[in-house]
Amino acid sequence: MGSTLIDALFIFMLAAFIGFEVIRRVSPLLHTPLMSLTNALDAIAVVGAIILVGEHKSTFSAVLGVIAVVAATSNVVGGFLITDRMLKMFKSSRPTKP
Amino acid sequence: MTDFAGNQQIIEVIYLIASALFILSLKWMSSPATARRGVWAGEIGMVLAIGGTLLHHGIVDYKWIAIALVLGTIIGIPLGMVQMTAVPQRTALSHAFGALCVSLVGTAEFYLRSPNVPRFMMSVLCMEVILGGLTFTGSLMAAGKLQEILPQRPLTYKGQNFVNFLLLGGAIVIAVLLVHDPSQKQLFPFMLTIAVIFGVLLVVPIGGADMPTVISLLNAYAGLSAAAMGFVLDSKLLIIAGALDGSSGLILSVIMSKAMNRSFTNVLFGAFGQVQAASAGAQEAKTARSATAEEAAAILLAANKVVIVPGYGMAVAQAQHKVRELYDALTKRGVDVRFAIHPVAGRMPGHMNVLLAEADIPYDRLIDMEDINGEFPQTDLALVIGANDVTNPAARSDASSPIYGMPILDVDKARTVMVIKRGMSPGFAGIDNPLYYLDRTLMLFGDAKAFVGSLVREVAGGHG
Repeated sequence: MGSTLIDALFIFMLAAFIGFEVIRRVSPLLHTPLMSLTNALDAIAVVGAIILVGEHKSTFSAVLGVIAVVAATSNVVGGFLITDRMLKMFKSSRPTKP
Repeated sequence: MTDFAGNQQIIEVIYLIASALFILSLKWMSSPATARRGVWAGEIGMVLAIGGTLLHHGIVDYKWIAIALVLGTIIGIPLGMVQMTAVPQRTALSHAFGALCVSLVGTAEFYLRSPNVPRFMMSVLCMEVILGGLTFTGSLMAAGKLQEILPQRPLTYKGQNFVNFLLLGGAIVIAVLLVHDPSQKQLFPFMLTIAVIFGVLLVVPIGGADMPTVISLLNAYAGLSAAAMGFVLDSKLLIIAGALDGSSGLILSVIMSKAMNRSFTNVLFGAFGQVQAASAGAQEAKTARSATAEEAAAILLAANKVVIVPGYGMAVAQAQHKVRELYDALTKRGVDVRFAIHPVAGRMPGHMNVLLAEADIPYDRLIDMEDINGEFPQTDLALVIGANDVTNPAARSDASSPIYGMPILDVDKARTVMVIKRGMSPGFAGIDNPLYYLDRTLMLFGDAKAFVGSLVREVAGGHG
């Protein structure tokens, strides 16, 4: 399984480059919503925690897993919610102009 | 068996789609016109990923998953409904939660797998737990400072860098020992404890003015720790999401550190925050001219092009809605009004834009520093509200100034400058601002909200 490690490194490298290229284009106007959005996306760590709880290999791991799922889910919900609330406020003056 | 393998494949395909949606989500954030679509893409990707995970063959216990998901949602909703001025501390808190999740999963995985942990896996796991642990407490400290539960001023003591490096070194030594022999379970709690203490000591010495940089940096750490978790769990989705978050945090850290004129290595090692409380120095007898709201309104109405320079002081005074009224009144009279936004205006990257957007100021009127600086010479009037150091021309000209080299808004190049300020006291960093003593500068003394309110009355009243 030596190849999976290298595969994973390739994926990390490519994703980091995509991240740099995509995020460089984000207008400074939206840096705050950007941060709350990446925060919500980062909470995808919840999938690891869900498996930990679901597999229930030991009480210890299940307890830590439950706390981890709670923490990550609150980021998912709160992160998307506040990002959308912020973005809703950004209005252009152009449509009102003739 | 075939069913099991088929199931795994479906999950992988779902994760693949979710990854694509995450990248699209960030791509659509490039412009306010498409940004809300980006949130949708992210949400769909997240729901798919969580749904797909529940199909995982090894899951036997759904009850606790459901309880935890519901509990997390209950905590998450109020965190998503905070006031816009509280967004920085909310963001810091969510970095803490993200890091908590990552370090708990890392800890659980270690105890489940030890002693059969391959070397590479163990080193990534240590990185995950150290980064997660320090980001957890560091972000809690940052949130505490932003919420003003903790003192905003830098808490420094002698040899703190030495203590910090000693701690970090200790954690790394334990990590190396663990990589060498993963059966040494008793070492693990020490490593975690050191990381947690290190996080506290890293952020406590940093002052409130540096928070935009700190938050961005903690964002990058949170992303990297999540990517490390992806390596441990062999989850490509997690590696991708962590890499995206990490690069986002890193880019924002670089932008913030440039805007604060700190070198990037300074930021990386957290050796920042030492804003010298510059001695007021020998005060020369300089005179500033002041004006009343009536006079100021007349000047505003005579101008064709006005640039308003908002600082955090404006948000503290809750003056943004009054500023919007002023914007409306002036626009109605045919004055071209725009806003100049310094990258570190506010308490986190882009914070000022959000505060002004909340007050219904159109986003195409919010211009960032690089784009507006060339236009100050053609500007009739620059109106500074609650901003100080980011307008200080000493940053350009006075090599002895503590903020020398920091990029500033070239407000002093405008034909006339008006500054709304409580008094002549120096700003946050304790640095005198020569802008206030220029011949073309008029000081408008008073509370930002009240003064802008009287400007609105004068401007609107003069019309009727």
